[in-house]
Amino acid sequence: MSSVDTLVTEFTQRAEKVGAVVSMVKSMSEAFAYTVDLCERKDACQLLLSGCGLPLSDAAGEMCEARTQPKVVAAPALAGEEREALAAACEAKGMTLISDGMRKHLAGIDIGFTVAEYGIAETGTIVQNSNSEELRLATMVSENHVAVLPVSRIRATSYDVEREFVNMVDASPSYMAFITGPSRTADIERVLALGVHGPLELHILLLEGE
Amino acid sequence: MQKSTNLSEYRKSCQEALGDDFLREAMDKFATAYRANRVNAFADMHEKELIAEIAESKDAAIARLPELFEQFRAKAEAAGVKVHLARTAGEANEIIARIARDNGVKKIVKSKSMTAEETLLNHALEDEFEVVETDLGEWIIQLRHEGPSHMVMPAIHLSRHQVRDLFSEVTGQQQESDIQKLVKVARRELRRHYAEADMGISGANFAIAETGSIGLVTNEGNARLVTTLPRVHVALCGLDKLTPSIHDALRVLKALPRNATGQALTSYVTWITGANECATAEGGRKEMHVVFLDNGRSAMAEDPDFAQVLRCVRCGACANVCPVYRLVGGHKMGHIYIGAIGLILTYFFHGRDKARNLVQNCINCGACKEVCAAGIDLPRLIKEIHSRILDEDGHPTYSDLLGKLMKNRKLFHTLLRTAKLGQAPLKDGEGFLRHLPLMFFKEHNYRALPTIAEKPFRDMWKEIEPKLTGTKLRVGLFAGCVQDFVYPEQMAAAVKVMDHGKAHMDFPMEQSCCGLPLQMMGETAHAAEVAAQNVAALDPARYDYIVTLCASCASQLKHSYPRLLADDPAMSLKAKQFADKVIDFSSFVRDVLGIGADDFQNVAVTTKTAYHAPCHLCRGLGVVGTSQELISDSGLDYVKADEEDVCCGFGGTFSMKFPEESKELLNKKLDNVAKTGAKQLLTDCPGCVMQLRGGARRRGDDLQVRHIAEALAERLK
Ligand code: SF4
Ligand code: SF4
Repeated sequence: MSSVDTLVTEFTQRAEKVGAVVSMVKSMSEAFAYTVDLCERKDACQLLLSGCGLPLSDAAGEMCEARTQPKVVAAPALAGEEREALAAACEAKGMTLISDGMRKHLAGIDIGFTVAEYGIAETGTIVQNSNSEELRLATMVSENHVAVLPVSRIRATSYDVEREFVNMVDASPSYMAFITGPSRTADIERVLALGVHGPLELHILLLEGE
Repeated sequence: MQKSTNLSEYRKSCQEALGDDFLREAMDKFATAYRANRVNAFADMHEKELIAEIAESKDAAIARLPELFEQFRAKAEAAGVKVHLARTAGEANEIIARIARDNGVKKIVKSKSMTAEETLLNHALEDEFEVVETDLGEWIIQLRHEGPSHMVMPAIHLSRHQVRDLFSEVTGQQQESDIQKLVKVARRELRRHYAEADMGISGANFAIAETGSIGLVTNEGNARLVTTLPRVHVALCGLDKLTPSIHDALRVLKALPRNATGQALTSYVTWITGANECATAEGGRKEMHVVFLDNGRSAMAEDPDFAQVLRCVRCGACANVCPVYRLVGGHKMGHIYIGAIGLILTYFFHGRDKARNLVQNCINCGACKEVCAAGIDLPRLIKEIHSRILDEDGHPTYSDLLGKLMKNRKLFHTLLRTAKLGQAPLKDGEGFLRHLPLMFFKEHNYRALPTIAEKPFRDMWKEIEPKLTGTKLRVGLFAGCVQDFVYPEQMAAAVKVMDHGKAHMDFPMEQSCCGLPLQMMGETAHAAEVAAQNVAALDPARYDYIVTLCASCASQLKHSYPRLLADDPAMSLKAKQFADKVIDFSSFVRDVLGIGADDFQNVAVTTKTAYHAPCHLCRGLGVVGTSQELISDSGLDYVKADEEDVCCGFGGTFSMKFPEESKELLNKKLDNVAKTGAKQLLTDCPGCVMQLRGGARRRGDDLQVRHIAEALAERLK
C-alpha cells in the first residue's frame, strides 16, 4: 500500500470508530450528488429524533414551528460554478440551497456542506476553517454535516499539520475547529447519545486527486 | 460541596453516600468500564513518555507564567480582545458582571468551565442576569441547584429517572425515561437559549501565548454555539492554562481525552483567535474578553512542592480510578474540584476549613498518581496538605503523642511488649483478639484484629540467624513494626527463603517503625526523625541490599526518606544511598537471588492460590507480576482475581478513621477472591495480611491469608 492509502485507511477506520460515515468521491459533482441524495433519503426533522416531535416547553416548541418546510441545505463557503451546480441539484429535488442568513434557521436545517482544510489520520479528525460565522452555524445547526476532504490533505498526526495550522490560527481573527465524529454526550448515566447540540451525523467525503 | 464542620460529621455524610444504591452501582460500573477503556485508548501510545513530556513542558510554562501572560495579552489585544487579570474569585465575577452590564446584557449562555465553578460565577450573576448552562450535565445540575460530582461528567450521580422528573418539571410536559429522548429534549430546549442570549461565557483549556488564542475541548459542541451566537464572548480561565505554543496544546490533546473518557479526541476542539465575525454585534465583530484568574495560582507557581499541581489538565482521571471516589462519589470526595486533585485544590482555592476533613479521606493507594495525565505526585501532596493543615491548626494531642512515642524506639517497643501482657485474657488461641480493645468502636469490628506475638522477631533473631556459608550478598533486614511484633513468623519464613538463596543477612536492633503511619497522620517532622534513626541503624555502606517484606515500609523507605531528610546535611546523602538499596522481598528473591522453579519441590499443589497486589508494591514500587510468577514457580496453582491490584482498604490509620469505607473495600476484595474459588490468598504486605485475614475471619470465608514468604518457605526443596 502506498503511504496515501495507509493514511486513507487509518483515517477511515478512526473516523468510523467515532460514528462518522466515510465515503470516497471522485469529483465535487459526485460530492454534490451524494449530498442531495442524503438529504432526500433523510427523514424530516421530526422523525430524525432531533427532538421536534417530543414534548417541549411552549417557548422551545415555537422555535420548532418556525422551521421552513422544504428541506434546506447550507453551503456558505461554496461560490461560483460549484455553488450553481449544487443549487441546481437541490432545486431539481425541491430543496433549497442557502449560503447565508443562518441565524434565521437556528431551529435547524437538514444539511451543512463544507470543505475541510486537513484531515488527521491518527484520530479521524477533520480540520475545519470556521472563520465565517455562516459556516460555523451551518456546521452546528444542521442535522447532518457533510464535509469534503481532499485525500491529499490527510496527514498522519496532529503534529504533521502543525505548521500549516499555526499559520491559520495566527491569522487573526480566526476560528478553527477540529471535528471528530458527530456531536455527542454521555452525561446521563454515561450512555452515549449523538447529536446533543450539533449534527446527529457527520459524513466525510474523501475527494480523490488534488 | 463540603459543609461538614468536623471529621465525624464528614464521616457520617460519607456513610450516607455509601448507602445510596444507585450511586454505588453507577460508580462500580464506571470504575470497571473506565479502566478497560483507558487501556484501549493508550494501547498504541507511549503513555509514560507522553505524560513525562507533558509534565516537563507544563513545568517550563509554570515557571514563566507572568511572561506568558504578557505575551498572550499583547497578541490577543492586537487581535481586538480585551484581556483581564483577576486576583481573586470575587474579582473575576465582578469583572464579568461589569462586562455584562456595560454591554446591556440580559441573558447569558455558558459552556462548561471548572474555573467558573471555582469562582461560583453563577451565584454571582444569577440575581442580575438570566444564566443558562448549556453543557447537558451542567444544565442538569444547575436546574437541580447542585455542584458537579465529577469534573468531566458533572451529573454522573443522577439516574435517567431523576433527569426525566427534572425535565418534566422544566418543560411542563411529562417526559419519558429514555435517555436518547431526554437528550433531544435538552437539544431543543437549549437551542432557544442560544438564540436569545446576548453573552456567552466559556472556559478555556488552553490560552496559547504564541498566537493569543484560546482552545476549547468539548464533545457536545455547545462551546461553538456559545462562542458564536451571542454578541459578547467572555472566556474565563485559570492562569495555569497559559500554554506557550500550539505544539504544547496538541501534546496535551494526545493525553487529555484519552485519559478523561478513553476517546482518541473529543468531538470538537475549538480554537478562537481575536474578535471574530458576529452578525449581531456592532461593526460585525464580536466583543471578546479573556479573564484570567489567579486566585492563588501565582503563589503556587513559586512553591517548590506545589507548583506541579498547576500541571493539571482537568481530565478527571484521578477520580475515575480512586477507590474512595468510587465508594462515596464526587459530592463527598471533593468540594468543587473532585477526586485526588480536588482534595489538593480545595485547600488552595477554598481554604482549609473545606479541606481539613477531605484530605483525610485518602487511603494513599497511589492509583491516581499512576494515571495522572500530568504526572502529578498526588498522594504525596495530599499527605503534605494534611500536614500543613495540622501545622496551621495545631496538632491533635493523640497524633503528636504518637509521634513522640514512635520517635523513642525503646519506649515504643517496651509499650508493645507490655501491651502483649495486657491482651492475654483477650486472646482466642488462633492469633486473634476475642473482642476489640477499648479504643475501638463497634464500626471497627468488620475485621478481627491480631494479637501481639509471644516473641517479637528481634528476640528470635539470634536463634534463627543463618550460619554463613558461601555467602554472596550482604543484606540488611528491615522488619517494620507489624512483622517485628505481630507476625514475626513472616520474617522467619523470609529468612529461610533468602538463606536458601545464600544471602548474608543482618538484623540491626536499633531499627524502628518506618514512620509511614506518622506521615499518614500528617506528622511530618516526627516521621523525619524516625527516618534518620533507621538510616543510622541500617547504614547503607554496610549492605548491598536493604530488604523488607512490607510493601508499605518499602515505599516509605525508598520514596519518602530522601525527601524527609533532604534538608538534614548530615543525613541527606546517606538517605539517598539507603533508598537506592531498598528492595521488596519478592523482587529480591526472584530478580536478585534468582530463585525459580528449580528451587521448589516438584509436586504440584491443587489448592488454588490467589494474590493481592499491595498498592505500595505494584504502584508504589512499580513491581508488577513478580510475585505471581514466584507463586506459579513454587508449584502453587495461581488464579488471578478480578481487580487484583485494587486497594484492600487497609491504609493504616485510614481504616481507623473511615471504617465503613475500609470495610466496603475489604468486602469487594474478598468477594473477588471468593469468585476464583481460591482457598489461599497471598500478598506482600503484613498490613494487607492483617486486613484480609481479619476480614476473612469475620466473614467466615474458607480462606487462608498469608504473606508470600510463608508459602514459598514451605515449598522450598
Ligand atoms: S491515593 Fe488512592 S485513595 Fe488517595 S486520592 Fe489517590 S486514588 Fe484516591
Ligand atoms: S490531577 Fe492529573 S489525573 Fe487528576 S485531573 Fe489533573 S491531570 Fe487529570
